[in-house]
Amino acid sequence: MSDTISLIFIIIGVVFDLFGCIGLIRLPDVYNRLQSATKSVTLGTCSILFGLFIKYGFSAIGMKALIAIPLLFFASTVAAHALIRGSYKFGIKLWDKTVIDDYKDVQK
Amino acid sequence: MIINLLLYVLIGLSFCCFFRVVFGPSIADRMVAIDIFGILVVGICGLLVLITGRLFLIDIAIAWIILSFIGTITLAKYLTGEKLDE
Amino acid sequence: MKYITLFIIIFVLWLLMTYNLETPNLIVGAVVALITSLVFGKGFLQDSKKFFQPQRYFWIIVYLFIFIWECIKANFDVAYRVLSPSMPIKPGIVKVKTTLKTDIGKTFLANSITMTPGTITVDIIDDEFYVHWIYVSSKDPKEYTNKILGRFEKYLKRIFE
Repeated sequence: MSDTISLIFIIIGVVFDLFGCIGLIRLPDVYNRLQSATKSVTLGTCSILFGLFIKYGFSAIGMKALIAIPLLFFASTVAAHALIRGSYKFGIKLWDKTVIDDYKDVQK
Repeated sequence: MIINLLLYVLIGLSFCCFFRVVFGPSIADRMVAIDIFGILVVGICGLLVLITGRLFLIDIAIAWIILSFIGTITLAKYLTGEKLDE
Repeated sequence: MKYITLFIIIFVLWLLMTYNLETPNLIVGAVVALITSLVFGKGFLQDSKKFFQPQRYFWIIVYLFIFIWECIKANFDVAYRVLSPSMPIKPGIVKVKTTLKTDIGKTFLANSITMTPGTITVDIIDDEFYVHWIYVSSKDPKEYTNKILGRFEKYLKRIFE
């Protein structure tokens, strides 16, 4: 029973990873790529780790998989934030069809 | 085995990231691809625990999360042009 | 006070990671937690009394469920935008104002914004968030502030303030 549930979680995770990587290839500029990739790939990998936790239950490895979920979550969101700020300050242009840019005003 | 199939899918996705690393038009695209590749490796480690049954691989996954985070932060700092201790 | 809180957090984390309760393991964990909390305790949260107020934990659990639901919605949103042939995206960077005061509350709010459908935080300057939005649906500041922050702000105010 728990094997089946964990397999379902892992399959969902791999499918989300697939969506994220398609976004990484297909979207037009670095900001949009970061949007799709960081959300989908993070949740997909968290889902794989949660499937691992369900399979092994409350043992040493299951708890490690459970602790890795918030760690991965904070690490990837903060890394995405740093990357998007860095690429704006580096001077990479937004996509041509961008509608609005409020952040331009606070750059010196 | 379905888990082996999923492992092959994840390895294929890593090659998608390598496509971005090689052909990315700007430097930021390459860094994004490296960041995403680091997260995918954690998933690959998780699947390898299920396939091989070696339990230390989850420790490698946790260590990989932290190292990938530090590497990405350093590269992002390099992009902004600030000093590293600001 | 904050040293003791940090010590307890690190010690519980150690016990969960190693997952055995023998005496040598406990001693090693206590020594490592003591050294770590002595070194890093200075930069920890200022008022750690909040850790011992039980009603905050209730709101954390409520917030967790809302947050997981938003995450799942975000992923289907991304999948829709990526897979549809015409790619319905209309990106832009907007400025939203928050009413949260504490630093940790702002951090959690920024991370939540990053994981919700179509938005990612670019920068925080005082109490203004600069948010990259993949589909700018309105240009009225009040409306998009409500759309981006409204889901989380009231819960975070109960948890962290």
